[in-house]
Amino acid sequence: MKARKKFIIGSGIIIATLLSLAYVGYTQSKTYYHTISELPTLQGATLHQRMRVSGNVRAGSITHRDGRTDFVLEEEGKALAVSYVGSDPLPDTFKDGAQALVEGRLQPEGGFVAEQVQAKCASKYEATPGATQPGASPVQSPGQSMNQSGSPAGTGKS
Amino acid sequence: MDIFGSFALLLALLAAVYAFAAGIAGILTRRALLTKSARNAGMAVFGLVTLAVASLEYFFFTDNFSLAYVSEHSNRALPLYYKFSALWAGQEGSLLFWTWLLSIYAFSALFLNRKKHPELMPYVGVTLAAVQIFFLTLNNFVVSPFHVLGGMDASGAMHVARLSEGSGLNPLLQYYEMVIHPPILYLGYTGFTVPFAFAMAALLGRYPGEKWIHITRRWTMVAWCFQTVGILLGAHWAYAVLGWGGYWAWDPVENAALLPWITGTAFLHSVMMQEKRGMMRVWNVWLVFVTFMLCILGTSLTRSGVVSSVHAFAESSIGGWFFTFLGITFLVCLAAWFKNRDYLRSDNQLDSLVSRESSFLFNNLILLAACFAVLWGTLFPVLSEAVTGNKISVGPPFFNKVNVPIALFLLFLTGVGPLLAWRKTSYDALRRNFAWPLVGGVVAGAVGFAFGFRQFYPVICLILSVFVTLTIAAEFYRGARVISARDGTNLLTAVGELTMRNTRRYGGYVVHFGMVLIFIGITGSAFNQDIQKEMAIGQSIQIGPYTILCQNFDQPSTDNYTSDRATLEVLRNGKSEMMLYPEHRVYIASQVPETMVAVESTPLRDLYVVYAGTSPETGKPVIHAYLNPLVKWIWFGGIVVVLGTGLALFPDRRATLVLRPATEKSWGDAISQGASGTPATSPVASAPIRRSGADD
Repeated sequence: MKARKKFIIGSGIIIATLLSLAYVGYTQSKTYYHTISELPTLQGATLHQRMRVSGNVRAGSITHRDGRTDFVLEEEGKALAVSYVGSDPLPDTFKDGAQALVEGRLQPEGGFVAEQVQAKCASKYEATPGATQPGASPVQSPGQSMNQSGSPAGTGKS
Repeated sequence: MDIFGSFALLLALLAAVYAFAAGIAGILTRRALLTKSARNAGMAVFGLVTLAVASLEYFFFTDNFSLAYVSEHSNRALPLYYKFSALWAGQEGSLLFWTWLLSIYAFSALFLNRKKHPELMPYVGVTLAAVQIFFLTLNNFVVSPFHVLGGMDASGAMHVARLSEGSGLNPLLQYYEMVIHPPILYLGYTGFTVPFAFAMAALLGRYPGEKWIHITRRWTMVAWCFQTVGILLGAHWAYAVLGWGGYWAWDPVENAALLPWITGTAFLHSVMMQEKRGMMRVWNVWLVFVTFMLCILGTSLTRSGVVSSVHAFAESSIGGWFFTFLGITFLVCLAAWFKNRDYLRSDNQLDSLVSRESSFLFNNLILLAACFAVLWGTLFPVLSEAVTGNKISVGPPFFNKVNVPIALFLLFLTGVGPLLAWRKTSYDALRRNFAWPLVGGVVAGAVGFAFGFRQFYPVICLILSVFVTLTIAAEFYRGARVISARDGTNLLTAVGELTMRNTRRYGGYVVHFGMVLIFIGITGSAFNQDIQKEMAIGQSIQIGPYTILCQNFDQPSTDNYTSDRATLEVLRNGKSEMMLYPEHRVYIASQVPETMVAVESTPLRDLYVVYAGTSPETGKPVIHAYLNPLVKWIWFGGIVVVLGTGLALFPDRRATLVLRPATEKSWGDAISQGASGTPATSPVASAPIRRSGADD
């Protein structure tokens, strides 16, 4: 089957090309996820990789300096000093206590320079802080819902 | 009423279980009555789920905040149409909505075919019922939307709480497209269940021939069309509402919608191989299976939080359910295929590399490669963590590197494929069909290069876009000329006549043309510019041909939100063109920020201005301006794709066969055309031959 053979060769070339492109794209954009507590254990090449670290912004730690914003991320009691040097303004959701995901590189002296910062409130789709959390407990007592909704609106009926 | 809704859901589950069990019993015992009652139960599911949906909507419209779901996603002041769409604002409701759409499809498939295909339909009913059982189980027992606020007190008595006000709908969802985007995307996702059910049925029942493909052809097109529109609407929503200047970010949620679209596209093309040549039977069955499984995988990815996404859907425990269902589906598919694999033997082999078959093969190969790359990239954090212990993500460069060449190759095939003959294409035919379009494309490329297009991919895309457009135009022209010569009508009427005689083929060309427009629009992103600056009143920024002059800042806050707004004058060549009012709101109740993008959209370029925030150091407002060329072409291309699909769904108008010879006029016409270098064969002689080679 001549045509079949040609098709297989053609496919092989296409797939090899795509694989090499994929590899290049992968090396350009791969980003490691690390937790803050993992960072001190990193050694050698892994220290200089591009990585993503998430944590909560320590209350009161956000300071704006010329051309950068410094803050401290916390996770499970461990802290990481971060300098954000990106050009985009920080997202609105980035504030004290917010959950933030920073992307950048670890500095030799231990700090972290972030080029990107994402932040989100607990969840966009259940956005109101303190609102009833679905799934956590589907059935809630009236008192709870009243407190959480923040308005004295619940009328308990038995 | 909540009891009413949950009771209807429970009955729907029972009906689905009955449809499943009785359907199998009917197949085994060959009792017509049993089969019929299974089918009726399958159709009844639709009615029952409709009642549940109506009951939930009733709660939204009556502001009944005793229901957890209603209180979380609505409030009294919400406009009526958003109360309606709040049905799918959260997980519980959107899954119910999903089930409902699925039941509509299932009902239609069962009802429309109730008197046809008696050998096939029982299997279809059983497969549809099985899928419905899964979703109804979730609706009933895992994520019921009918949970009532309240709880037990110390004495064990139940309390029902009724809030006087709900927490409202997420402002990001308060946008008109959010009313239609989810339903349309869901209609795409759920729609692929019907071809899946028919493929499974044909395999299990060893239904002879390619008939299942003929039956499901329109269903697949409908689902594909909805999926296309759903994806584009999502992209447009992200562009218009999220305020980051783009429409596609290779986010897992976007990828999840793209995956079944890719395999669905592959399927729509490869079925033609099976219809015409009896090839690719195994491949097609698996393409449908995979498309359906990717729909389920997409849902589970976005719902389970396995892969983190900026879309931040509620993370929940239902991922496990979906993955279990996915596993079972895969095993069933595998078993069905293994048991009946002899039924799927091919009739024919590939004859030549330059043939319609091979263009379809390459089309499928390349689409599958794209699908695999996107899937791999999306799941990479999960896979790498499982294999190496390190969670590694890949970004847009990975997706773009692989998918841009794939997309361009596909565009090339879009131009070439339809004009190649089945089995083998002669060199003469190649030259006849492609010489002029190719010249046109290369000329366009050269002109583009002269005007400063220097990047490789955009130039290639320009050449291919012109090439494909010309081949499509030539196809319409050639066919229409034959009709107009024979019937004496003008060319435009003839184009209409031609299209209506073979809607699938010419509708397909229109879809291809729509895709060309989308490609052009996407290529525009290679020339995006943006600039960001702190601005004070009287200052200006320059972007492309525009000067943006800052006139004023104010805070038009309302009871609902606090707002910062800029008043910007846009000048071009020193002349005032328009005013833009980008705005930044924070909703007071929810503390959710929202960016109101100011876009001035023209066919050539979008000027997209965002109030990005306030500089923390100086307190001055930061304005971010983007110049995005050709974005409008994407949305317009989407409309053309929908029109083309709609055309392809039309039944063919039966051509009145005229067996008289062509008039002399048409012969003369053909000869003069031949002399001037356009296709040289006489239209009378060539048309029937080419027609028979065309895809239906």
